[in-house]
Amino acid sequence: MSRITARFAALTREGRGALIPFLEAYDPDPAASMALLRALPGAGADLIEIGMPFTDPMADGPTIQVAGRRALKAGSKTARILAMVRDFRREDPTTPIVLMGYLNPILSYGPERFCVDAEAAGVDGLIVVDLPPEEAGLLAPHAVAHGLDIIRLIAPTTDDARLPKVLAGSSGFVYYVSITGITGTRTATAEHLAQAIPRIRRFTDLPIAVGFGVRSPAQAATVARVADAAVVASALIDTLAAGLDAQGHATPGCVNRVLDQVRGLAAAVRAARTGG
Amino acid sequence: MTLSPPPTQTGANTLRGGPDARGRFGEFGGRFVAETLMPLILEVEAAYTAARADPGFQIELNRYLKDYIGRPSPLWFAERLTARLGGAKVYFKRDELNHTGSHKANNCMGQILLARRMGKTRIIAETGAGQHGVATATMCALFGLPCTVYMGATDVERQKPNVFRMKLLGAEVKPVTSGAGTLKDAMNEAMRDWVANVTDTYYLIGTVAGPHPYPAMVRDFQSVIGTEARAQMQETEGRLPDIAVACIGGGSNAMGLFHPFLDDTSVRLIGVEAGGKGIETGEHAASLTGGRPGVLHGNRTYLLQDDDGQIIEAHSISAGLDYPGIGPEHAWLHDIGRVEYVSSTDREALDAFTLCTQTEGIIPALEPAHALAHVAKIAPGMDKDRIILMNLCGRGDKDIFTVAEHLGVRL
Repeated sequence: MSRITARFAALTREGRGALIPFLEAYDPDPAASMALLRALPGAGADLIEIGMPFTDPMADGPTIQVAGRRALKAGSKTARILAMVRDFRREDPTTPIVLMGYLNPILSYGPERFCVDAEAAGVDGLIVVDLPPEEAGLLAPHAVAHGLDIIRLIAPTTDDARLPKVLAGSSGFVYYVSITGITGTRTATAEHLAQAIPRIRRFTDLPIAVGFGVRSPAQAATVARVADAAVVASALIDTLAAGLDAQGHATPGCVNRVLDQVRGLAAAVRAARTGG
Repeated sequence: MTLSPPPTQTGANTLRGGPDARGRFGEFGGRFVAETLMPLILEVEAAYTAARADPGFQIELNRYLKDYIGRPSPLWFAERLTARLGGAKVYFKRDELNHTGSHKANNCMGQILLARRMGKTRIIAETGAGQHGVATATMCALFGLPCTVYMGATDVERQKPNVFRMKLLGAEVKPVTSGAGTLKDAMNEAMRDWVANVTDTYYLIGTVAGPHPYPAMVRDFQSVIGTEARAQMQETEGRLPDIAVACIGGGSNAMGLFHPFLDDTSVRLIGVEAGGKGIETGEHAASLTGGRPGVLHGNRTYLLQDDDGQIIEAHSISAGLDYPGIGPEHAWLHDIGRVEYVSSTDREALDAFTLCTQTEGIIPALEPAHALAHVAKIAPGMDKDRIILMNLCGRGDKDIFTVAEHLGVRL
């Protein structure tokens, strides 16, 4: 059983949803980014999503765009991101790691070589934003061969006729983009989620994570009541960015403030289905 | 004009039948977009397929092309330029005479009629030099549609006249500060707008790039250039040209000129990329000459990128060529060897700008000045009975400030 499947199975037994915090690899620098990654499970992360910086992140709002620029400036490279995961995996054999990014750096690295190295590093799943099912053949065979889950995005614009096509070949979990828009901007309403998540469940037994616009503990709890996981990204990066000095360097305590925020989100997610 | 027939109706022995059903030209093209946009792109494809099969759509488009854009554009024998170069006869396809001053109007008219058929009520576009932005803003004024144009902040600065024109036409111009603030960044931001406004908005892409069906659709709307030029050349010279030349940023004017000639094996086709400060300096916009295949803006094509797959900023004196990618059909034509791709530098383009202005009394845009720079290189070595056809795809009024600065003149 994959780490992702095992983790969701365990959470189902506990009767609670998951918190999936996101961090951009190498933002603001390799040391702070690695310190944050190492401490996330202890702060309540059930799975972790690591963003792979790209110069042209078309689905991302200003917060993640700027984080990606800081990371690239700090020396982020595909091989170095995989090395981060390898280092993390030495100490944590169970917390699932999902890499999220855009196709071109993976193509440049070589899709097969990327999947070989990602598996060896201890990566569990891949979210490739600009790789719809129509083009999945470029990466999916290699991912499957190396035990990496392909986690597909489902959007409000994905209608019932299209859903089966997107779900075919999905594994691990599916990621519901809860708004039509870019990351870190609008937030979906509880009413929208109450309608959207059951619609997807009619087509799949995979766990459903919800992201884009999930910022506060209350919003994360709303998500955790109807879906299986809440992804929080821009809100955490905003906190990190607020703790940088004028030169963009991490100030003391800035990683800890992000971790405190993760603790607050985790508490809300864990209490969500217990009448909290 | 007649839009090119769908692939199923063309024979196997043609280079004009692409793309395939997946939007591929060989291994290039495709639909690499986020899931939120996939249904929209499929909707555009279905609407375009229906429109191109509808005689009423073609009749409507032809009327606007003739009476509003001013087509057909003339074919002009550049006699003094030919004499100056001392070799092959040089003809200009005068697409700079179109309403709004460039070939961009051909595509904008086609797409805005499509957007109206689809019931879309808001238009967005990206622009580099501002030619596509101006053409889009113009059609939006004509049809009373709100228009938002994304333009890199660097380009807003160097193309002030076009920014003002767009605003006069009622468009909202949004400067984009991410990246180097040029065309690539404007396209990113336009796609972000589209993702956030999926129900009412039509994204009017200005070049033969982006996800399928845009590369094929924009090519079809621009093919009026080559179709007219081919007939005009037959009429004037009784034969086809030996060489057809066009500049390339994303590659829409070149694709429009080349496509009707693709099966004419006697016609050499040459695309001229922007060599910037020189290919060897790394500061250029020549994706085919200096790039390698990758995926950006929805399609697989040649891109300027570093060894980790991060996109490198392009450089060109011409904002309209300042793009690190190229349309996927060009990438395919490059790989199969049907079209030759070369480059001209900023300096060579400036010299050609002056040459054209002083010999023909035509101030060209800096974009076709790159094509002319290559014509000036090859024409002198050719016999006088040889013919070069060049697409003069835009006029240079917008560029006089840039040129003045490079010539050291204060306006």
